[in-house]
Amino acid sequence: MILVIAEQQDGTLNKSSWETIAAAQQTGGPVKVAVVGAATAAAAAALAAADVAEVLRVEAPVLSPYTLDGFVSALGQVVAAERPGDVYLPHTYQTRDFAPALAVHLGRALVTDCVATRQADGRRLFVRPVFQGRLLADVACDGQALATFQIGAVRADTVVRGAVPAPVRTVEVAVDAGAIRQKPEAPFREAKQAVDLTQAERIVAVGRGIKELEKVALAQQLAAAMGAEVGASRPICDAGWLPMDRQIGSSGQTVAPKLYLALGISGAIQHLVGMKGARTIVAINKDPEAPIFEVADYGVVGDLFEIVPAVIKELQG
Amino acid sequence: MKIAVCLKQVPSRDWQPRVNDQKTWVRDQDATFELNEPDAYALEEGLRLREKHGGEVVVCSVGPARVSQALREALARGADRAIHVEDEAAASADAFAVAEALAAAMRDEAFDLVLTGLQSDDQGSAQTGVMLAALLGIASATIIMEVDVQAPGLRVKRELEGGWFQWVALPMPALLTIQSGINQLRYATLKGIMAAKKKEIRKVAPPSGLASRQRITGLYVPEKRKQTQMISGSPAEAAKALVAALRDEARVIS
Repeated sequence: MILVIAEQQDGTLNKSSWETIAAAQQTGGPVKVAVVGAATAAAAAALAAADVAEVLRVEAPVLSPYTLDGFVSALGQVVAAERPGDVYLPHTYQTRDFAPALAVHLGRALVTDCVATRQADGRRLFVRPVFQGRLLADVACDGQALATFQIGAVRADTVVRGAVPAPVRTVEVAVDAGAIRQKPEAPFREAKQAVDLTQAERIVAVGRGIKELEKVALAQQLAAAMGAEVGASRPICDAGWLPMDRQIGSSGQTVAPKLYLALGISGAIQHLVGMKGARTIVAINKDPEAPIFEVADYGVVGDLFEIVPAVIKELQG
Repeated sequence: MKIAVCLKQVPSRDWQPRVNDQKTWVRDQDATFELNEPDAYALEEGLRLREKHGGEVVVCSVGPARVSQALREALARGADRAIHVEDEAAASADAFAVAEALAAAMRDEAFDLVLTGLQSDDQGSAQTGVMLAALLGIASATIIMEVDVQAPGLRVKRELEGGWFQWVALPMPALLTIQSGINQLRYATLKGIMAAKKKEIRKVAPPSGLASRQRITGLYVPEKRKQTQMISGSPAEAAKALVAALRDEARVIS
């Protein structure tokens, strides 16, 4: 049996929970889903629509808001009681926070950021990107494992729904509130974002290949010539060359413009998840092996400092 | 404050990874190596906390002999001393085994604060820090954008998804995984490089019976899912063809 740990916030399920259930269903074996929190009834009822053996409510007042210590304690008890085979989780910021500690607690391998599973020579393999997405690895584990699934790797709408709702059961857990060391405060947003890239029709995005701050102006000129906004990959914003609200990717904005033009962006997976939904993707990069070309509709291999001025000239033609 | 920063030496970002004959790892012998960039932000944060609160910064790493190069660079940037768990097999070990090796080498030091980068540029598991905290029995928090020491504990700013943040208080000793971009990196000065030559790198043997719980059984270039139209020619020719394609074929510019 595969146990899926669904993620919810204030009763609303994270969409990645459905993706992870779909990944578990695709293995062909029985699946149970657990949902953790202080009030899980609504989320459990929603999850029961999936074709799964059982939905488990792991409920205690101390489990909201999320804390690492609370979740490891509760889920450690659930795994000990239910004795699942593999445990699947979505690869969210929250599971990245607690899943490694849960793996240590259980003495199990943890395979993170998986995009697929498959069978080979009678054993199950997890498939995950390595080396910034330039390579894929098949990973074999000793014994039962924990695995997290990359957001968007499996489509949520491929979840098989049951003919009747799955049974819902509450699993009793005892979590000592005094043993929880993390004391979280309420989540907040920084000052209102100045630019909303999600609404942009065209985006010119720059990455490490732009090399220096002074060259960012070149991207701005191209954007002006195209009627586009300027975006960037994380390293550019980390370096302070463009403000954080221009950042596209897993820790920035997720965009789906008509045109996405990537200048000197290699295409690490953290960036790709934020822009691969764009209708037309253009990549200009000196490295013909850069992963950005995997998702590009049009690719130009070459020196962007020569190609971009030529494109600007052509546009102004 | 006694601060540890765990760091990894990884193949350079510029190096195009080539798969070994067994397809189980890359051809290390062809690679050039560098300090894992996310760990550089953890090191910088450790140095800044020492400047503010006093104490020492000890850099710790697990890996082959070549790793001493990355440790030496960290010493040149300002770390006080280093611990190197030397293990030739550790280059491709899983995070669990690396965390076990670090825990064995670091436990007796009783650090107040342990910092790591968010993840490594090679395997990218994003696990080692949290596993190390669990093995050491200390509290942890991840994806940290700001560290405020409020003895005897910490108040840290965690990055959540979609532009949200959250402050979390936790007691020391603690482990934090640091988000890239938390600070501006410093680079080694000539004076720092000279001083680093006299600093201690303590070599430690890995614990006996250390073994990964997962192995790479196949390593390959991802299959292309999209048909990419490659545009060649001189910059002027490529620009002309690209603009024409975007205007007439994709119809995304006017």
